[in-house]
Amino acid sequence: MTVVPLFELRGISKEFPGVKALDDVSFEIRAGEVHMLVGENGAGKSTLMKILCGAYRADRGSFFNNGEPVTIHDSTAARKFGIAVIFQDFTLVPYLDIAQNIFLGREFSSRLPGFIDRRRIHAEAKRVLDMIGFDIDPRMPVHGLGVAQQQMVEIAKALSQDARILVMDEPTAALSDRETELLFAMIARLKKNGVAIIYISHRLSEVFALGDRITVLRDGSNIASLLPAETTPDQLVTLMVGRPVDTTYTRPSRPTPGAVVLDVKNLSGPSGFSDINLTVRAGEIVGLSGLVGSGRTEVARAIFGADRVTAGEIRLFGEPIGGSTEISALRGMALIPENRKTQGLALARSVGDNIVLAGLRKLFPSGFFFPGRAMKAARAIIEKLRIATPTLRRPVATLSGGNQQKVVVGKWLNADARFYIFDEPTRGIDVGAKAEIFRLLDGLVHNGAAILMISSEQIEIVHICDRAYVMRSGRIVGELAHHELTEANIVRLGIHQ
Amino acid sequence: MNTAARTAVRSRFTLSRDVMQAFYRLLGVVLLCAILATLSDVFLTTNNILNVLRQSALLFLMASGLTLVILTAGLDLSIGANVALSACLAASVIKITGSPLLGMATGIGCGAVIGLANGILVTALRIPSFIATYGMMWMLTGVTYYYMAGETIHGFPPEFRQLGSGYLLGVPMPVYVMVLFLLIGGLFAQRTVWGQQIYAIGANPVTARLSGVPVERRLVLVYAVSGAMAGLASLIILARINSAQGDIGEDLTLPAIAAVLVGGTSLFGGSGTVAGTLIGALILTLVLNAMNLLQINSSWQPLVTGVIVLLAVWIDTRARRIGE
Repeated sequence: MTVVPLFELRGISKEFPGVKALDDVSFEIRAGEVHMLVGENGAGKSTLMKILCGAYRADRGSFFNNGEPVTIHDSTAARKFGIAVIFQDFTLVPYLDIAQNIFLGREFSSRLPGFIDRRRIHAEAKRVLDMIGFDIDPRMPVHGLGVAQQQMVEIAKALSQDARILVMDEPTAALSDRETELLFAMIARLKKNGVAIIYISHRLSEVFALGDRITVLRDGSNIASLLPAETTPDQLVTLMVGRPVDTTYTRPSRPTPGAVVLDVKNLSGPSGFSDINLTVRAGEIVGLSGLVGSGRTEVARAIFGADRVTAGEIRLFGEPIGGSTEISALRGMALIPENRKTQGLALARSVGDNIVLAGLRKLFPSGFFFPGRAMKAARAIIEKLRIATPTLRRPVATLSGGNQQKVVVGKWLNADARFYIFDEPTRGIDVGAKAEIFRLLDGLVHNGAAILMISSEQIEIVHICDRAYVMRSGRIVGELAHHELTEANIVRLGIHQ
Repeated sequence: MNTAARTAVRSRFTLSRDVMQAFYRLLGVVLLCAILATLSDVFLTTNNILNVLRQSALLFLMASGLTLVILTAGLDLSIGANVALSACLAASVIKITGSPLLGMATGIGCGAVIGLANGILVTALRIPSFIATYGMMWMLTGVTYYYMAGETIHGFPPEFRQLGSGYLLGVPMPVYVMVLFLLIGGLFAQRTVWGQQIYAIGANPVTARLSGVPVERRLVLVYAVSGAMAGLASLIILARINSAQGDIGEDLTLPAIAAVLVGGTSLFGGSGTVAGTLIGALILTLVLNAMNLLQINSSWQPLVTGVIVLLAVWIDTRARRIGE
């Protein structure tokens, strides 16, 4: 049986200076399906989607809308065919309300020329929101909404423009479990209405739970089109990476924990945590778990000296510390923040500049900066962490997520850090690179460093950590020793009263 | 990304892109000079060249400190008013004590203190630099007008006047000061840890702070330097025109910003060079000089300056987009 696809891309090639991003890629999407697009970072998923929505022009290739040949040379053309992208970083205007955002630029005019018919905008917005089952007052300003709600508004906006094909790029990356469920329910609803969804994900569980079909890209080429029912996760990963990969990361034996490196006593702060007590020893990876919003990141920032504290004490290697990121860095503390693009990197600066940033004071004690020495240091880090970059000069923004994360870690290696706080180190990083990041953590503790690791994925905490603290509503509600460290125990402590 | 790409790690930092940018601008200056030389026989005379250099020197001194501020994505609108107050105080001190050295210390010190105040407004009170320095500009102007009460101070010792109108080996003194501060400024920005941190702050202040950079202290430093450079510029003006009035230097702020922008420093911070600013100052001065030589009505000068600023920034934006 042949089905005429809703939209089809055939033989798409795209080259950037020095890189063949896409090579003869074909892709089709049918009405009412969720089509999973998977591949490692840099495989060409984003480029393909940017061509589909008219942001990039393909060098070669053709497009078919309902079997009819068409061209897409800009985003207006893509919109005409009902193609809409839900971006990861949302494009909403914070001080306008939900309805105004949905109809931004397409406002209904009232009978008085030049004025806007607000009532009609709100009524239409309500209708669209009902369609996706999002129960919210369209007069709410957008800046008060959470990430999940903003995403819903984005989707409503796309549907209000008669989108038939929605592209979602890692839509669950910043969502809690409950919000993810709501999103999945909405996707099911959209499918029933005949909307096609192209879904990019790094999470294998989602790919299999949600997908009707799977397309795998690798190094800019189509590798396979699969049906989830006929595929196993291991097969899929092998296809993505190009070689068999052991996704079940096994924890190597760890050294016996040494002296206490970090000792936090009764720490409280205005950013929403109180009476925090925790210790981390040399050679140990200690987890800090709990739900999103339980205060984990705030504690990490306070320990690093980025946020104020009102009570308590932080000791690093026995010495009191606190309130200054400069002193923390000089004494050997490192923070790998949760958002590497806005907090971990200076995106426009080069890979080399980023790597040497935290260690400048140590590398150049005289205060004079020598580019040659800085380059040598950066190159050593690039080799040590096997960061894939053609030159040190490349803006760090052009690297893949996994390599960017390595640059952030490398920044601290270069600063001779001995205690590392990792806040969600694997967010937005693909399967192959994840295992590499874990091995990096292992390597650090084997060399005597100590690590405090925050993660929302309990499975990660269980796999990597030697023990873990669990937070709830700004407090530590329990400590799990290695033999007690299970997903069930983490969830029980994190949620249960 | 394959393993072959990994091993081929080549050299150089972002800096070299800025250096290339400065180099192209220098080519532009040479080209401009060649054109002007064919249009006017006066242009290539020693006198005229020295005149251009002397005028650029003042503009560069004001703009060099400002470059550092703009590198951090800030702005200093108070430098013109700073020049006025610093010049008037320095003039008073010279008149009262008869000591040029004491007067010079007063001028630079007054400028630095004003800059320090700007830095504190921007960091401790978290007022956006545009607004903090704009408010400072008005306050300084008020203080200067009150202090001078419409009077003029004039007639300074000849050894002090050397600073503005003297020559050494046939070259005006301000040109030596300009070269000195080009070296100091360039070395500070490119070859010190603090300079590197300033670039990082401009590129992303959050990342800089979370990488252990003392962002507040560096910002205070940058505004203090900008103020001190305005103080230094005030001395050169004072020595050149041999008198101080309340409205001295008032019209210098916007040309200094123009020199920084034409010099290729981005208002968004994190990219640009002090050497570029010198080239920016040269380009602006050259064009105005040429208009004088060609006897074009001076009313056109602001318009031409505006066109040059827009053109330079437009070219930079294009170049950056192509670079990506």
